[in-house]
Amino acid sequence: MSFEPNLVGFLCTWCSYTGADLAGTARVKYPPNLKVIRVMCSGRVDPSFILAALAKGADGVLVCGCHPGDCHYVEGNYKCQRRLPITRRLVGEMGIDVRRVRLEWVSASEGKRFGEVVNDFTEQVRALGPLRLQEWGFDRDAADAELAHEGGAHA
Amino acid sequence: MPKVDITVDGRPISVEEGSYVLQAAEALGIDIPTLCFFKYVKPYAACRICVVEARDRRGRTRIVTACNYPASEGIEILTRTPRVVAARRLNLEMLMSRCASMPVLNDLAAKLGIEKPRWGTGTDTCILCGLCVRVCDEIVGAQAIGFASRGAARYVTTPFEVDSEACILCGACAALCPTGHIRMEEAGGREVVHSEITLGPNAAIAVPFRQAVPNAPRIDPEFCVHFRTGGCKVCAAVCPKECISHDDADRTEEFGVGTVVLATGYADLDPAPLKQYGYGRLPNVITSMEFERMNNAAGSTGGRILTERGEEPRTIAILHCIGSRDEDHHPYCSRVCCMYALKFAHLVKEKTSAEVYQLYIDMRAFGKGYEEFFHRILGEGVNVIRGKAAEVVRAGEDCEEGTLLVRCEDTLISKFREIPVDMVVLCTALEAHGDAKEVARRFGISVGADGWFIERHPKLGPVSTTTDGVFLAGGCQSPKDIPDAVAQGSGAAAQAMSLMTRGEVEMDGAYAVIDEEICSGCRLCNDLCPYGAIGFVAERKVSSVNPALCKACGTCAAGCPSGAIRALHFADEQIFAEIEGILS
Amino acid sequence: MPKPKLGLYWAASCGGCEIAVLDTELKVLEIADFFDIVFWPCAMDFKVDDVRAIGDGEITLTLFNGAIRSSDNYEMAQLLRRKSKLLCAFGSCAADGCIPGLANFATAEAIQGFVYDASPSTVNPEHVRPQVAWQAPEGTLRLPKLWNTVRTLPQVVDVDYIVPGCPPQPDQIKLVVDAVVDILANGKPLPPKGTVLGANPRACCEECPRKRDVKKIRAFVRPQEIVPDPEICLLEQGLVCMGPATRGGCGAKCVKAGVPCRGCYGPPTGVRDQGAKMASAIGGVIDSTDPEEIERIIAGIPDLAGTFYRFSLPNSMLRRRQV
Repeated sequence: MSFEPNLVGFLCTWCSYTGADLAGTARVKYPPNLKVIRVMCSGRVDPSFILAALAKGADGVLVCGCHPGDCHYVEGNYKCQRRLPITRRLVGEMGIDVRRVRLEWVSASEGKRFGEVVNDFTEQVRALGPLRLQEWGFDRDAADAELAHEGGAHA
Repeated sequence: MPKVDITVDGRPISVEEGSYVLQAAEALGIDIPTLCFFKYVKPYAACRICVVEARDRRGRTRIVTACNYPASEGIEILTRTPRVVAARRLNLEMLMSRCASMPVLNDLAAKLGIEKPRWGTGTDTCILCGLCVRVCDEIVGAQAIGFASRGAARYVTTPFEVDSEACILCGACAALCPTGHIRMEEAGGREVVHSEITLGPNAAIAVPFRQAVPNAPRIDPEFCVHFRTGGCKVCAAVCPKECISHDDADRTEEFGVGTVVLATGYADLDPAPLKQYGYGRLPNVITSMEFERMNNAAGSTGGRILTERGEEPRTIAILHCIGSRDEDHHPYCSRVCCMYALKFAHLVKEKTSAEVYQLYIDMRAFGKGYEEFFHRILGEGVNVIRGKAAEVVRAGEDCEEGTLLVRCEDTLISKFREIPVDMVVLCTALEAHGDAKEVARRFGISVGADGWFIERHPKLGPVSTTTDGVFLAGGCQSPKDIPDAVAQGSGAAAQAMSLMTRGEVEMDGAYAVIDEEICSGCRLCNDLCPYGAIGFVAERKVSSVNPALCKACGTCAAGCPSGAIRALHFADEQIFAEIEGILS
Repeated sequence: MPKPKLGLYWAASCGGCEIAVLDTELKVLEIADFFDIVFWPCAMDFKVDDVRAIGDGEITLTLFNGAIRSSDNYEMAQLLRRKSKLLCAFGSCAADGCIPGLANFATAEAIQGFVYDASPSTVNPEHVRPQVAWQAPEGTLRLPKLWNTVRTLPQVVDVDYIVPGCPPQPDQIKLVVDAVVDILANGKPLPPKGTVLGANPRACCEECPRKRDVKKIRAFVRPQEIVPDPEICLLEQGLVCMGPATRGGCGAKCVKAGVPCRGCYGPPTGVRDQGAKMASAIGGVIDSTDPEEIERIIAGIPDLAGTFYRFSLPNSMLRRRQV
């Protein structure tokens, strides 16, 4: 069975979410891997959200906003445009392939493009394989078992 | 200036001392013929046709030129005495000995009873009155022409008799020349089809077009002499109400509004790039807007349908969907063309005896009464061909019926056809203005790929936009016909009114709030807000959001490094819960 | 009435937190007077077996500093949790991972490889490495196992309170001690579990005396590259100051000395990931819309993740670098 990437998308409500809506009404075919979270503006996308999504099991995170200059909130997408490269660098320095975090501009009229973006991103992450975050959680039972096996440092 | 009392032909009048008696006569409605006089340049008394008899208080009389004879207390002016008539006749006969063929002189001669000038008739056309020279100097300020040579050899010319760059081609000299000696000539040798189009420059001050709103003249600085030389201002001197100001300039006025209705309309597709239809290349291929203009009674042909040669066309083809429903240009239907094209056919049938061909893809007669109108047109004998025109070419020499050939496939009979016509009307696509994106950006609304403004919701919010208080009406949103545009405009106006009459705005529950217990006053958020909704409260050393200005984008919430800002309805914990939810 | 029992322990830490307790000066005598100190390896001669001998929940309060780096740390955390009524993560290492947590940028293997082999000052021709168990003639010798990932105390055991800081400032410790004494002696109600004690709910900026205005940054500089204006916000001057994304409580000592905040008190209330928040804050103030210029400006921050997560990597969302 081939690997199905688990993708989280943050879509601004005015352009990209509407664009995604249009993709739906226009019956554009694209993979179902992307799970969408609507935010008012791509400027709302806190890098914490991206890290949280990766930490909670996403294989990739897509952030979509209005094209530069077209932001419903004048310049929210510019804020996003500055935060994303820092976030990508942060993610990269945390040992995660930066291609797992992508920023795309999708306008309300670009339903077809939205489909293409999702398609492309899904394929890209599929090629990268699953993101198996090492030791993300702490398994107390496993640690206890290991400790018992060691016999305890102070035994 | 003190006033003086004078009489003209026995009628008393009080005038300013030193003003010219011609003006006094004019004020009394007494006609004194003139040739070289023009109210707005200094009198020159060159033609000497305006001679009158002046009697001073001592009873002495003498012949003077009315145009430059100053009024003084008690003088009597006589304009019709035999002595005056004789003097005028003498002066005119002398002018005619120089140039007798000019109608203005002949008319005057007839009035003065001259049958045959005593000193013969000359063939010159200039009476050397110098009005042109004075106008060019005093009014236009160009000083492009002057007198050359002396005595009988005197003549008006440009410096060194060469085409002068000093001449601004205003045409004032030609317009004022009493005899018609000076004419404006088209140097390029272009063929003039519409004779009513003058060769001179456009009137610099005019009502832009009939039915213009406001229906008032305006000055076109491109053509106005004043804006080129600093002189003239004759229009201001003429205007009795002193309405004209040359110092007025465009100014930007700022005023606050609560609602905005965007009704910026649409643009017409330029069909020139669709080379197959020959627009701009072939004669008599015109756009629907040009055809409409031609049909306008106030238009250049006075409402007559004419070819470029000024003849009535024998056949007209109306081509639908030029640039509309066309993958290479606009994929959408322009919506209004089918119906106006049918109207065109009706107009042609009404005004001419021409054959009309309609070449259409689909006849979209969708509105109330439209289908009925289509059938009425069919009844008028219009040829309706189902098939989009492929190209328009120049007809061969041997083609009797028309000068152009329209090629198309008639899909109903599955035949290629070539239709000879004299005129082709292109129903060009309605398209969005080139700067629609810029306008949309300014108002914070969305614009589609084809440039039409996007309404808030295609069904539930057809006149409102993503920006509160900004509404759409008419062609800026999509191509629409007049009833639809009126309906949308009314809806937009009503929505705007309802906002205004309420006088207060209902806000969404979504806005940002700052927890002052957490805010450290780092001020990072202050500059993040594009609406200036975040201010710094110096006394409490915290930042604070004005919810009335906040548009809930949440950029500040994302940017607050202390997590003090909460974007209501899109709060961190809500989004984290969503992330967790979709990934579980 | 017997005195309340106090335990202090250090796991993976530098010992600075212990010094900070001593830095409370005369207060330490008050502590010793009020409490019956039952465990303090740094200062007193108690053994682990003494702790084992104490009944469960009998230690009134344990101040646990240091991150959980090894099986021994973990075992001690479990033990002290069991024995203590109140367990307090004391200092940044226990609370957020702190400097020992930077080990999460590497693997245990890589660190040991450097320390026991690659380091220029190491001579180890036999490539001797620490072993968890060693069979000596006298019996099995054991060493704790070094974990690959450093954890915070709350990640491995239930923690009642958190006192952040690297180290917690002595005056803050005094306040905490006073509060604890007040509670124990006068029967005041305990603060809710999970409360952060001895720190400011707000960010460090609140304690910073520097003048702040709107921030627009076109280039980042490092502290050695400029002489910062003593009056103006360091971030406005292009220094990566972690102040906005760091809990206050330290009294803004570093920034007052002209050094940008390094983030030792960890994220403020309401922030889940200090580095991500800092990324967001920094992103907001970059004054450019040109993607290439933005990249260039960001490149002016060396070791971005190390800077943003200097004190909180194990407590960040991603916990550690993926290798």
